[in-house]
Amino acid sequence: MTALRERALVLLDSTPSLPRHVRIQFDPVRQAYAVLSPERVFWPDEISLDILRRCDGRTSVGAMIADLTAEYDAPEDEVAGDIMTFLQEWADRLLVRP
Amino acid sequence: MSEALLPPIGMLAELTHRCPLQCPYCSNPTELMKANRELDTETWLYLFRQAADLGVLQVHLSGGEPTLRRDLEQLIAGLSSHGVYTNLITAGVGIAEGRIEAFAEAGLDHVQLSFQGAHAETTERIGNHRGGHQKKLETARRVRAAGLPLTINAPIHRHNIGEVPDFIELALSLGAERLEIANVQYSGWALVNRDALMPDRDAVERQMEIVGQAQERLRGILNIDFVTPDYFAIYPKPCMGGWARDAFMVAPDGTVLPCHAAHTIRSLTFERFGDRSLAEIWTDSPAFNAFRGTDWMQEPCRGCERREIDWGGCRCQAMAIAGDPAATDPACVKSPVHARMGMLIDDALASARAEKAAGNPPEESFIYRRIAATTQLA
Ligand code: SF4
Ligand code: SF4
Repeated sequence: MTALRERALVLLDSTPSLPRHVRIQFDPVRQAYAVLSPERVFWPDEISLDILRRCDGRTSVGAMIADLTAEYDAPEDEVAGDIMTFLQEWADRLLVRP
Repeated sequence: MSEALLPPIGMLAELTHRCPLQCPYCSNPTELMKANRELDTETWLYLFRQAADLGVLQVHLSGGEPTLRRDLEQLIAGLSSHGVYTNLITAGVGIAEGRIEAFAEAGLDHVQLSFQGAHAETTERIGNHRGGHQKKLETARRVRAAGLPLTINAPIHRHNIGEVPDFIELALSLGAERLEIANVQYSGWALVNRDALMPDRDAVERQMEIVGQAQERLRGILNIDFVTPDYFAIYPKPCMGGWARDAFMVAPDGTVLPCHAAHTIRSLTFERFGDRSLAEIWTDSPAFNAFRGTDWMQEPCRGCERREIDWGGCRCQAMAIAGDPAATDPACVKSPVHARMGMLIDDALASARAEKAAGNPPEESFIYRRIAATTQLA
């Protein structure tokens, strides 16, 4: 019974998406973007928001890395490491579907 | 107030106290309200709009059994039109055909379904409802079929603590994303039934080990949230994330409270929605301001480095066990009356042994949650 599902790993060619129970939304009261999930509300910083917004089920992790490397004008391997770690953490909490 | 007042993030709406189950650990007050005291559809919708304007992002629709409200679809639609994240907390028995789909259609975001046991016999005995387990399994299936995400909630006590591994299997087999292993909090009916519900120390330790291992093993497969048992703790939990700090609750008649047991603090008076707006109650109500922030604290909380981590723990537990709502939560090892927690565990276990020796089945010592049972309590 236990083997119904498996832990999903984030790879360069994964195209992550947000599951139905996770939603990004602008909060007019606090003038900030909130991530809503079953028990918790997250307040992502700028880079987390940039990653989460690209979780549209079409953009690959590789493309996100290239994109954000250019946007933040930062070393690519650093950006790649940050993005992979972030996405794997969120995937492990079932907040992102790799 | 030592810090600026922030808007609330979450709201627990107890739509009704009616429920087909009679769990002896129910967190509802022992004085249950009848249906004729419930707010009507209009008023709830108006309250929801004010909540959203105030900054509430997440609403937990609870009870009693919220699906007994025939207007639940409408209430969900109202919340969802304001962009509020809606979570339905249900016992999952007796939900009419087609309604779960209607909830989803109305914009419901998530369902939390409680199981009193991992096995039919336990579920039926604890909830005092024949056939309950089978109905819950069916509800879980319908929730998934409607495309809704699912959390299984398992309230843990002496009579099902051994079923923790089976709860994990159950949650997996039902396709849930989350499982809450929630050790019962001794307020409301659970406080009345404390002696009948308290687990023993070995069982608690075994449970922590099992849950810890399962969290490791099921990383990325099933989120297991563990609500620790206060009586066995060293530090208290940040109850409600701090008194009137980022969440509140509304009782079926519109009374607005900082937490579901706050009415047990008799020195406080709580206001009703309708008499005042939600914003006024949130910012001005003396009951909300009584234990907000850290200014109200006494020693040892006042000078403690954890005071903004756990906010001094639970005010209602301080009231129930230390007799002072402004005392340090007795669950905290620094509380001068922390030893009472251990004594209460011992008392409960002694009474359980006595019952067993007398050959009484466990359910005979339960005071089941029901309106008539209130008279047994005084
Ligand atoms: S705890 Fe049990 S009795 Fe109380 S509301 Fe939930 S299902 Fe009903
Ligand atoms: S003394 Fe008060 S603030 Fe410090 S850990 Fe205990 S309950 Fe928390």
